[in-house]
Amino acid sequence: MTDSKYFTTTKKGEIFELKAELNSDKKEKKKEAVKKVIASMTVGKDVSALFPDVVNCMQTDNLELKKLVYLYLMNYAKSQPDMAIMAVNTFVKDCEDPNPLIRALAVRTMGCIRVDKITEYLCEPLRKCLKDEDPYVRKTAAVCVAKLHDINAQLVEDQGFLDTLKDLISDSNPMVVANAVAALSEIAESHPSSNLLDLNPQSINKLLTALNECTEWGQIFILDCLANYMPKDDREAQSICERVTPRLSHANSAVVLSAVKVLMKFMEMLSKDLDYYGTLLKKLAPPLVTLLSAEPELQYVALRNINLIVQKRPEILKHEMKVFFVKYNDPIYVKLEKLDIMIRLASQANIAQVLAELKEYATEVDVDFVRKAVRAIGRCAIKVEQSAERCVSTLLDLIQTKVNYVVQEAIVVIKDIFRKYPNKYESVIATLCENLDSLDEPEARAAMIWIVGEYAERIDNADELLESFLEGFHDESTQVQLQLLTAIVKLFLKKPTETQELVQQVLSLATQDSDNPDLRDRGYIYWRLLSTDPVAAKEVVLAEKPLISEETDLIEPTLLDELICYIGTLASVYHKPPSAFVEGGRGVVHKSLPPRTASSESAESPETAPTGAPPGEQPDVIPAQGDLLGDLLNLDLGPPVSGPPLATSSVQMGAVDLLGGGLDSLIGGTNFVAPPTAAVPANLGAPIGSGLSDLFDLTSGVGTLSGSYVAPKAVWLPAMKAKGLEISGTFTRQVGSISMDLQLTNKALQVMTDFAIQFNRNSFGLAPAAPLQVHAPLSPNQTVEISLPLSTVGSVMKMEPLNNLQVGSGQGRHPSPYSPTSRAPLGSVEGRVYRQMFLATWKDIPNENEAQFQIRDCPLNAEAASSKLQSSNIFTVAKRNVEGQDMLYQSLKLTNGIWVLAELRIQPGNPSCTVRLSLKCRAPEVSQHVYQAYETILKN
Amino acid sequence: MIGGLFIYNHKGEVLISRVYRDDIGSRQAADSAVSSSSGPFPGERLGGSMRRNAVDAFRVNVIHARQQVRSPVTNIARTSFFHVKRSNIWLAAVTKQNVNAAMVFEFLYKMCDVMAAYFGKISEENIKNNFVLIYELLDEILDFGYPQNSETGALKTFITQQGIKSQTKEEQSQITSQVTGQIGWRREGIKYRRNELFLDVLESVNLLMSPQGQVLSAHVSGRVVMKSYLSGMPECKFGMNDKIVIEKQGKGTADETSKSGKQSIAIDDCTFHQCVRLSKFDSERSISFIPPDGEFELMRYRTTKDIILPFRVIPLVREVGRTKLEVKVVIKSNFKPSLLAQKIEVRIPTPLNTSGVQVICMKGKAKYKASENAIVWKIKRMAGMKESQISAEIELLPTNDKKKWARPPISMNFEVPFAPSGLKVRYLKVFEPKLNYSDHDVIKWVRYIGRSGIYETRC
Repeated sequence: MTDSKYFTTTKKGEIFELKAELNSDKKEKKKEAVKKVIASMTVGKDVSALFPDVVNCMQTDNLELKKLVYLYLMNYAKSQPDMAIMAVNTFVKDCEDPNPLIRALAVRTMGCIRVDKITEYLCEPLRKCLKDEDPYVRKTAAVCVAKLHDINAQLVEDQGFLDTLKDLISDSNPMVVANAVAALSEIAESHPSSNLLDLNPQSINKLLTALNECTEWGQIFILDCLANYMPKDDREAQSICERVTPRLSHANSAVVLSAVKVLMKFMEMLSKDLDYYGTLLKKLAPPLVTLLSAEPELQYVALRNINLIVQKRPEILKHEMKVFFVKYNDPIYVKLEKLDIMIRLASQANIAQVLAELKEYATEVDVDFVRKAVRAIGRCAIKVEQSAERCVSTLLDLIQTKVNYVVQEAIVVIKDIFRKYPNKYESVIATLCENLDSLDEPEARAAMIWIVGEYAERIDNADELLESFLEGFHDESTQVQLQLLTAIVKLFLKKPTETQELVQQVLSLATQDSDNPDLRDRGYIYWRLLSTDPVAAKEVVLAEKPLISEETDLIEPTLLDELICYIGTLASVYHKPPSAFVEGGRGVVHKSLPPRTASSESAESPETAPTGAPPGEQPDVIPAQGDLLGDLLNLDLGPPVSGPPLATSSVQMGAVDLLGGGLDSLIGGTNFVAPPTAAVPANLGAPIGSGLSDLFDLTSGVGTLSGSYVAPKAVWLPAMKAKGLEISGTFTRQVGSISMDLQLTNKALQVMTDFAIQFNRNSFGLAPAAPLQVHAPLSPNQTVEISLPLSTVGSVMKMEPLNNLQVGSGQGRHPSPYSPTSRAPLGSVEGRVYRQMFLATWKDIPNENEAQFQIRDCPLNAEAASSKLQSSNIFTVAKRNVEGQDMLYQSLKLTNGIWVLAELRIQPGNPSCTVRLSLKCRAPEVSQHVYQAYETILKN
Repeated sequence: MIGGLFIYNHKGEVLISRVYRDDIGSRQAADSAVSSSSGPFPGERLGGSMRRNAVDAFRVNVIHARQQVRSPVTNIARTSFFHVKRSNIWLAAVTKQNVNAAMVFEFLYKMCDVMAAYFGKISEENIKNNFVLIYELLDEILDFGYPQNSETGALKTFITQQGIKSQTKEEQSQITSQVTGQIGWRREGIKYRRNELFLDVLESVNLLMSPQGQVLSAHVSGRVVMKSYLSGMPECKFGMNDKIVIEKQGKGTADETSKSGKQSIAIDDCTFHQCVRLSKFDSERSISFIPPDGEFELMRYRTTKDIILPFRVIPLVREVGRTKLEVKVVIKSNFKPSLLAQKIEVRIPTPLNTSGVQVICMKGKAKYKASENAIVWKIKRMAGMKESQISAEIELLPTNDKKKWARPPISMNFEVPFAPSGLKVRYLKVFEPKLNYSDHDVIKWVRYIGRSGIYETRC
């Protein structure tokens, strides 16, 4: 039988012909036609026009034909959702078929059709199949839950499929267990907070039992899942390790690597004094070595992982140097990786062998490989002092070969050797100088120039050599220019008499003719140093240099620990955390090794510890929209919500900003501006009230429990401008809702009555939630305090500036307009986002919308800043530490529905106490105001 | 998990394409892919917004790439491609997630095995001829990107390309329980009139030797391949002269230690077919299993100690001036004189600027193959403890090339009828409690073959 003929029809009326054949009465002809359709589909022709005809062939007893039709459906259903419905009946019927293979086929295919309408019909059949008597159907259904979750996560939760899936972990059939584990792990990845994979000693035990019985692939799923578990104590860790160790003898390399991952991770918890710890270390080496006899692609994956393992626990493979020797016909990617590991394993014990090998490699053909080998020789010299001399002579031999790139590479490493062992190998300088002309790569030129400058006193013609480089100064790369500048200054300090002209030449080239600021600055510094105090110049320029350290290009420890948790996966191949190459939030939960101390408290697994507390105690997660008030109530009243009760809390902010009127008060801020109808001659648009800057974050009520910040009242409307009525006020957030606290003072001589208030449209949708109620008339000099509840459901209009809020109030028919500058309700309680959403949104917002600010003099640490901000409804989504800086990722939502995402970078111990803030928001105009809000909150 | 799987021919034309996950760019949004920048993430600057066609991206960046492939894993615009090549066919698995990379490669190899078991060599023609079958297999062995049972034995019971046979209910449930079951590799109810099994111990001996005859590295990687024609569900136990086992037993009977102690071998590491009970091996070091029917690889092992190196190569290269090279190579066989090595081939590399070669050899035939830049010396048979010699004069064209000739190592191929590691099969016991045949009734055959792996001597 040959199918290739199906690929060859290219006549004109092809689609038409196919249509006729599909509708043929003859079964054989139909089948042939469907095959042709699939062949066209494979090579990329659009055959979607045949949809109805193909679907018509679906009802058949012929399983082969049915599978072909299903294949077609999976490809095209999405483009023809309405027609796809035609297929539903057959699917549902097939799910009831007596033959388990057909039931499974139907449920498997249905899950691959990503059409909402079809998904609805999938639920019932899926529910049945999850409980099917046949394990083959159940294992297929388990994966189908993951498919459905990918299409409609909510539906899966609502239908209770997750619970059914959890039950399958206890299934009697190992393959069902394995697939259920795979599906749950995947679903859990997109819900880092949910406790889906509720791993406990009992369920772990079940998994370990299934591990012995299921297919090789199932073993991988289970081991990968186990690696996420955090044992309670070292005893549990050891017992799991004992049961995982046999997997190291599996023929499948992926099973072996996943087992290695579990062991490497749990080993962290074992005490080094334990006998078992030593045994385990010994058991790890042979399987790792065996991985190197696998196919080259797997060797590559294994080597990338071994590279990590060797850095984490060098003792495991320290005696296995020989297996990393390069074979002549290894693919280049294997050769380069092996070389890397050889250098890491090089020690005094094996250095002779390693050097002999490296010398051999330096004569190979592949340029990259040869370069790396030469560089490796240099690194050996630096790493193993006893070998330095031999390394240097090997490098000299290589320089004699005159192969251009070998020579250059050798010179670069010899420079490093000089820096590690000063005054030892300078005798070789003469040889190096012979090769000056052949150097055409910047790195090599720079290295050579450094050498000439550093040892100028021993090189008779140093000035000539350097002068020769100077001719083409402007064509050199920056690296070479900088090096040349320094070298000539060194030369001058060592041999001032003959080289004055040279140094002047280079200084003027660097300072006058160059556009490069680094070069210019360095030039000026030297110039001034030399002209003011040559002795000081000598001390500075010719100072003794610190020795270079021996290990280079090690992976940074926190990243290394994270990568160890990803052994076997792509992350370990790229040596990058998943967030660097995975789009969106999926699977980017930060993983870390367990702490060595085995206290049960601290064993909380990082991936199950989401941004907040576990669900039960967390009433504030994401309130349903639309019922803002209610939720707000909930929020602030509910017990554990806002940060630590107080302490820093309702600190009032002293005479903050204000004055600046609009801009500064932004988000909260409101400038009362007289509405045009004002009867009073008022301050149109003038920021009358001067200060109200506060507002912004109003979180809880005045002086109430939470630590939020309330600005002091400020005079918004002086009496003079409103016929004797003075209004001062501030914004507060009381139990979650926003109010405007007003203080009305009658400074006139007669009694005032009939107060009313009106808000103009503003950027935040602020409007009074109730009429202004002042019950008694206000006698002269009397003051009344009113709290006016505000809602944020008023109409929104973008104002210039954004925080401009115009309010008119007054008595009777004479409204006095004013504009309360103050901080408007910045964060709404809904402002909390989940991490993956955060990441997705962050990426989604174009980069030009990102604004960066610095907040100076803010001596807070990350914890304090986070809790301070949280009490103002700026939520911390995630926190991590990068290169010693604490990064806080935060989100907030303005009452008008604008989301703002923030990245706050705090450098502990930085004397200037500067905090850097990057904001991203779809409406970039609010950034400035949010920044001011941050500043106010943080400094307060 | 795996998002999609593509098979290409050498021109980069798609022969098979199966997409499992929505995140992989589909054909519709085709976009002529350009850009192949170097660096770990070529093409990334294109950004995720541009939905590139994964199929084309791989063709452009890998199959049609100008330079040699530098890694079997490529990341293009945040999509990762894993590939393996079989003759001139490319198999590529695509994903956007942080998948288990080792698993993806294992799966690709497995997929090649399965295809080979169904239709032989993996070639463009065979793939086109069997594309319906391949789609059916892909549907079965990969579900939503998760590998499922991929044992050929099990698959062949229900993916037949014969349409569906009218199976009885029992047959159906037998199939499903086999595919999902604990013993997925064997079906119940197998019957043979003659119970027979064959064991092949296949070893490849690898050597890297310095010109002075010092062993730089040597190891044997071996496989025990079993062909079983046994009825029922036989329980098997395999024993060999593993040092650890022998020493353990030796504690009981001092006698046996002295007898067999010398011959036991130290195994560095071994891996087993999934039928072997690993936990039992871990605890008792006994190898017990219920074998699949027919041929399978029971175990793989590696040894590095006390290897018998069947041949020693002694090279002598002399450069006579700039245009002539004199090469003399002696090979010595180092095993019992009663045994015969076969298919001996010595490959002596010659420089690229070779203009002519004259060879004289004592035994066999030697030829200069210009296309391979090597002198190939073949000897059909050679007994143990013998030695033979070849000498050659190589004329060189004068060149300006400054770069020295890299002198690749001299390599050797051969086959010998013993295991260079010293491994011996001690027993293979068969128990089938339900059927009435005993261990004695089973006919057993054992054969040892030692082949050269990478057997090189530098010169």
